[in-house]
Amino acid sequence: METSVENELITRNDISLRVITSEKIRDIVKGIKRVKRSHRQIRAENVFRRTLVIIGLAMVVLVVGIMLTLIVQSIPSLKALGIGYLWGQTWDPVRDVYGALPFLAGTLLTSFLALALSIPFSFAVAIFLGEYYPKGWLANLLKNTVELIAAVPSVIYGFWGLAVLVPIVRSMEASIGIPSIGYGIFTSSLILAVMVIPYAASLGRSMIQMVPSNLKEAAYSLGATRWEVIRSVILPYTRSGLFAGVLLSLGRALGETMAVTMVIGNTPLMPKNIFSTGNTMASVIANELGEADKMVYNSALIELGLVLFLVTVVINMIGKKVISRFTNE
Amino acid sequence: MSNHVKYRIGKSTGFQALTIVLATSCVIPLVAILMYIIKAGITKINWNFLTNVEKPVGEIGGGIAHALMGSILVIFFASLIAIPIGILCGIFLSENKKSRLAYWSRLSVDILQGVPSIVIGIVAYIWLVKPFGYSAWSGSIALSIMMLPIIIRSTEETLKMLPDTLREAAFALGMPFHRVILKVIVPCGISGILSGVMLSVARIAGETAPLLFTAFGYQFFSTNMNKPMETLPHLIFKYAITPYKDWQDLAWGASCILLIWVLLLNILTKLITRRWKVQL
Repeated sequence: METSVENELITRNDISLRVITSEKIRDIVKGIKRVKRSHRQIRAENVFRRTLVIIGLAMVVLVVGIMLTLIVQSIPSLKALGIGYLWGQTWDPVRDVYGALPFLAGTLLTSFLALALSIPFSFAVAIFLGEYYPKGWLANLLKNTVELIAAVPSVIYGFWGLAVLVPIVRSMEASIGIPSIGYGIFTSSLILAVMVIPYAASLGRSMIQMVPSNLKEAAYSLGATRWEVIRSVILPYTRSGLFAGVLLSLGRALGETMAVTMVIGNTPLMPKNIFSTGNTMASVIANELGEADKMVYNSALIELGLVLFLVTVVINMIGKKVISRFTNE
Repeated sequence: MSNHVKYRIGKSTGFQALTIVLATSCVIPLVAILMYIIKAGITKINWNFLTNVEKPVGEIGGGIAHALMGSILVIFFASLIAIPIGILCGIFLSENKKSRLAYWSRLSVDILQGVPSIVIGIVAYIWLVKPFGYSAWSGSIALSIMMLPIIIRSTEETLKMLPDTLREAAFALGMPFHRVILKVIVPCGISGILSGVMLSVARIAGETAPLLFTAFGYQFFSTNMNKPMETLPHLIFKYAITPYKDWQDLAWGASCILLIWVLLLNILTKLITRRWKVQL
């Protein structure tokens, strides 16, 4: 047995020795070249992978950089004005008195008023598209139109508000017997309400469409009417999703700048009621940062930007958390 | 039928009617704005309007050529920065679903998406305008930061939807990683990526807030990216808040052009995504 195997090996070796010709040598050279090429490919592959990682890292660096920049640039104002800056009531750069409360109040008033005005409409759109008419040309038309609301540039909303809404609000104010200015918190809220409808509506729609149909069918089979199904099955089931949509709308409303700047009146005073003029954090930054030459003035405006940044980040994070928990369930 | 059942059915119908009325009335403001802007703007658009630059108040024949050129340049360079970075980052996120860096990276993109545009403007002002002065570059960079999250998200979502078998087949043929991505995965998802890119351009085309203290505005025709530059949305803002009728008329014309531009981009994007969904 052993000898025969050896013999076979020998003969194989002989054969292979015999076939080493120029062709074989060329093959070997080719093989070496191929190894070289695949080395190059591996290197290219590594470079590509590394680029991807660097760019992924760059996003983190960018966001951390934005936050650090805002914090570092706010330090002069934090040092000079302290935390009381946030509830100081007077804003007078000429006398170097800075208090952000009028702007905080203006931002919160406009945003929440806008939210209150827009919620009935955005939820109606969500229920309409999610439950009553999920398909068909009418539903498609409404869905696309509502999405286009978000596409119109905010400066155009502002200009339209200036030309159309301000006179309407002015005559309305005159008819109910209050100082008729036209500009102010109420006008800004109206514009904002239109602008934030799509955010809550589109999220709400997709949440309502995710309600399992067996839940709805069970309710129908017990004799529930459509409204009862919506109220006692769909709304409780999608509560957290609808809430997240409202949060996203709120985040938009808080940071909206141009449309508000153009119709709010830009007065750095505490708003007395919803019809008085005011100013928001975003609009005071837009109006004054370019000409704020004093160190503390500049820094105080940047600190407002930092507050805006942190608030919107927290709101958006809560919204995203709620959505991801909802979709995972 | 008992009265109670009638009452319940009536309530249900009433609610349905209310929903329909509220939902359809959302269309009213959009239609009102579109009609008003187009009616006020379309008559102001003529050859002089498109080719002339700013004239002092009272002098007729002012135009928006400088703002049109500026908008195109600023958006073009913003896209040049944001598109490659955005697509590569989207690839990174879709290829590394579980890694720790991808988690933080995704979180950052989420945060970036929610940051108000004015804050981006402040940051660009601090980074670029304070050391180098007002320039169109700073405006482009501010806008590119705003484009990034949209491009990244759409790229990631599109690539995630592609079947794994596609990738595996390419790997089985012995293709190296970068060729699999660039020659197989990206071409397959190109329409989704493209629609994200167009959506991001549509979104920044109307942005004013980040340009207020970066590109700043300029009354002459200029193509120098190192100098301040006028842009369409900024011109609308500047003219809209002046009390002069001439300038407001220019702003109406400019609004009309901007609105049509942005809406066309959005509708085009819609058509692309629809066609793409049919193909899947």
